[in-house]
Amino acid sequence: MKDFILPTRDMGTPARHGAPVSLTIDGFAVTVPAGTSVLRAAAEAGIRIPKLCATDSLEPIGACRLCAVEIEGQRGTPTSCTTPVAPGMVVRTQTETLARLRRGVMELTISDHPLDCLTCAANGDCELQDMAGAVGLREVRFAPGTNHFAQRTAEAPNPEWRPKDQSNPYFTYDPAKCIVCMRCVRACEEVQGTFALTIDGRGFASRVVAGQDVPFMASDCVSCGACVQACPTATLQENSVIAIGTPERSIITTCAYCGVGCSFEAQMRGDTLVRMVPWKEGKANRGHSCVKGRFAWGYAQHQDRILRPMVREKVTDAWREVSWDEAIGFAAARLQAIRAESGADALGVITSSRCTNEETFLVQKLARAVFGTNNTDTCARVCHSPTGYGLKQTFGTSAGTQDFDSVEAVDCAVVIGANPTDGHPVFASRLRKRMRQGASLIVIDPRRIDLLDTPHMGAGLHLPLRPGTNVAVLTALAHVIVAEELYDEAFIRARCDWDEFADYMEFAARPEHSPEAVEALSGVPAGVLRDAARRYAAAPNGAIYYGLGVTEHSQGSTTVMAIANLAMMTGNIGRPGVGVSPLRGQNNVQGSCDMGSFPQELPGYRHVSDPVARGIFEAAWGVNLSPEPGLRIPNMLDAAVSGAFRAIYIQGEDILQSDPDTRHVAAGLAAMECVIVHDLFLNETAAYAHVFLPGSTFLEKDGTFTNAERRINRVRRVMAPKNGFADWEVTQLLANALGAGWAYTHPSEVMDEIAATTPGFAGVNYAMLEKRGSVQWPCNDAAPDGSPIMHVDGFVRGKGRFIRTEYIATDERSGPRFPLLLTTGRVLSQYNVGAQTRRTENVAWHAEDVLEIHPHDAEVRGVKHGDFVRLTSRVGEISLRADVTERVSPGVVYTTFHHPGTQANVVTTDNSDWATNCPEYKVTAVQVSASNGPSEWQSDYAALVAASRRIAPAAE
Amino acid sequence: MTDDKLARMANQIAAFFATQPGSAAEGVAAHINDNWSPAMRAALLAKVAAGGAGLAPAVIAAAPHLRPAPRTKAQA
Repeated sequence: MKDFILPTRDMGTPARHGAPVSLTIDGFAVTVPAGTSVLRAAAEAGIRIPKLCATDSLEPIGACRLCAVEIEGQRGTPTSCTTPVAPGMVVRTQTETLARLRRGVMELTISDHPLDCLTCAANGDCELQDMAGAVGLREVRFAPGTNHFAQRTAEAPNPEWRPKDQSNPYFTYDPAKCIVCMRCVRACEEVQGTFALTIDGRGFASRVVAGQDVPFMASDCVSCGACVQACPTATLQENSVIAIGTPERSIITTCAYCGVGCSFEAQMRGDTLVRMVPWKEGKANRGHSCVKGRFAWGYAQHQDRILRPMVREKVTDAWREVSWDEAIGFAAARLQAIRAESGADALGVITSSRCTNEETFLVQKLARAVFGTNNTDTCARVCHSPTGYGLKQTFGTSAGTQDFDSVEAVDCAVVIGANPTDGHPVFASRLRKRMRQGASLIVIDPRRIDLLDTPHMGAGLHLPLRPGTNVAVLTALAHVIVAEELYDEAFIRARCDWDEFADYMEFAARPEHSPEAVEALSGVPAGVLRDAARRYAAAPNGAIYYGLGVTEHSQGSTTVMAIANLAMMTGNIGRPGVGVSPLRGQNNVQGSCDMGSFPQELPGYRHVSDPVARGIFEAAWGVNLSPEPGLRIPNMLDAAVSGAFRAIYIQGEDILQSDPDTRHVAAGLAAMECVIVHDLFLNETAAYAHVFLPGSTFLEKDGTFTNAERRINRVRRVMAPKNGFADWEVTQLLANALGAGWAYTHPSEVMDEIAATTPGFAGVNYAMLEKRGSVQWPCNDAAPDGSPIMHVDGFVRGKGRFIRTEYIATDERSGPRFPLLLTTGRVLSQYNVGAQTRRTENVAWHAEDVLEIHPHDAEVRGVKHGDFVRLTSRVGEISLRADVTERVSPGVVYTTFHHPGTQANVVTTDNSDWATNCPEYKVTAVQVSASNGPSEWQSDYAALVAASRRIAPAAE
Repeated sequence: MTDDKLARMANQIAAFFATQPGSAAEGVAAHINDNWSPAMRAALLAKVAAGGAGLAPAVIAAAPHLRPAPRTKAQA
């Protein structure tokens, strides 16, 4: 194990970009960009001026006065944090005057601070302590008096004292230790953008409060932890540090939740994880994180984790704990028997978008090279497969065009079918920062998402369209751009095929695509459609960010093409601040697609029928590969029901809970004779499994994740796998039991094989990632430093291609029996099927799935807030509690799929995207009625799962 | 795989290519050849051979362009 330890130096104020300015500090010459503070310039020269309220993640306010300096020709002692450098400036940071001044400041500060350092949770990690030492504070001359820290005075309780706020499960607010430096308040505003904290009162009475002086959990706080990270004392402290003590080393790794792919320092004591701190140098997150990444890692140690392999003859038997040898042997024997009987195409795999690139590569290799079939798929099937298809058709490759830094140059952000504050919180914070600087926002979504309520934002526009009308709305925007000649002719002539654009113009200009015609379909007023089109086309930099509200429709792929068309016709491609950015759901969705998880594509998106691509892998692997596309997940389930598909190896994926039409998934799984589930927990799919192979967490293995901006980030092992093996090792055991003869000793060898076979990864290796931290593919001889922005000089496919986008209504329509449209999504605190986050304190925010319903729809059904209601569709019914809210439009209801007890996917249908079979989660016609308990399915399922989780301990 | 579902999928593909310039049949065939397993294609061809009830005209017109399934050990 290699520790990756980097000292984190606080430079005092944020970096600036400007012309070089030279000055001298304490006699040393230093040159920094214009606009840099004297405090930071000194830090660049290696001189650490004492400071408390300044930190390099926040704009300076000059409150604590500790960083005062003397500057030749200037009167007094200006604060270096708020004083920008000037050419020829001569600065002195340590004089008798300054020393006396700083001791005075510290003396005052300490006079209202408890001196319980030895038993304080921040002991050894406290900037106040450090500064007391740095300024040479030796005494506090003030007599005891009014203060905020003593619980009692000699006579009575101290009215200024307040108890700790322990309402948040992850951190504690101890007002007694606060020095009112305002770092927490500023972090909440500048970094997170929530504005949950403020300073109440003035002068000595001033104190930090959440909301209108309520407990943190009752305020708008989203528990991102930026305030805790910014706090220089123990005032805001992680509960894990209070419980364990300070960490002794840091290892840089990558979060295993959403597709933002935040870099973290895993701060360790021995092999115990003390805290996760977002890494300042992380290029996706720039030192920020959300509640999941920073705090919700307790699942790794949860008692529910299965650490020993298990097998059973039939799914009605109890599980039997066995050795790894026996489990692998059992699985291999069943796979071989089925293959001998029914051929290789009766077998298949599902790779995990939560596992590493290396692990995913090996699972698809297992299918193609060892099983001998192209039956491989991944959960990207149910989220971003239309992105793959749509962007490949229009631009030539399946990838977002930008890096996340690009958001800093956006003038108009169009967010379609995505809810970034919940799904991609760190990206949302970065976008909100840009919106506070004046960027405008257009949201195309049936729900009024929180981004629209960003404090201090610029102009915002909401297009609350009827679910299922994305294509009509986006084509109407194109209609306006064409009709009003707002397109960028020079860009189109240079970069696209003009004849194809001419065809698209003719198509878009048709009267049925006018905003007035589309208003009737979508419910969005024509004026608002026109306004949105004009704003996007007029912005110097217009950027489109989209999520699963685009892809998870019967026209998901068409919508992606419509988005690409809009970006091309307005010239919003190929530079910072523009582009088309799919927000990927899971940490490694991008990577799992890149690594050849799809049944028709080898790694690097090369079709299996391409003899050249196949030849590369046949030579590397020494086998013949099938030139025929394999089965996609829904096809596998269909084939299973008909008896042709009999065995599956599922790594880190819970299709029973996450995939649509649960009854159909259950029927498919039940029909198979060998279901191998490789996971951390006995998930819902495991109810139908014959073999359970324990998985390892991201903390327990080496590898790489590729985030939504194509950034390949290292995942580093910080502790030994509790189950004994990293996931790639388990796949190798299974492959070798089938005679593969693999001999990987480290994931870096798998990456070398990926680089040797996949052109976009040709320049990637672990040594390079150690040196650079991360890289964005393509990374090869043509782009040795990777590619932050794509399609800069030309599209990957040559000329950008315009494709007609005709609206075709989904078969799923509301009617008399099912008058409402259900759309599904997720919340900030929970992740996907919740297997991880439900096993953390995050349940404090979202303990159950609820049904959002508009007050009008609730009233006509006699439903009150908090009532148990029955949600029925053509395929099934569930019961859950109602949340009566105007966030959804009349006619639309919304829920999440985080809890297996609810099983929202019992009601979703098997409708899917025409091109990719990506399920239509976002439109289901439903009815809502009063209920007094769980539905029949929910009761039966609870009984089934309880029975299927029985474990007979090994007789040892 | 039920024939109904295959027909629905094929008809969805046909509905898209019917809106595009050029031959819808060729578009449908190319898409199915690229994305459907041999067994799925075989099942669709069988449905067309049996009269093609419930299939869009572009799907039936695409049939001659569909790559026949190679001889395989398994049928899905």
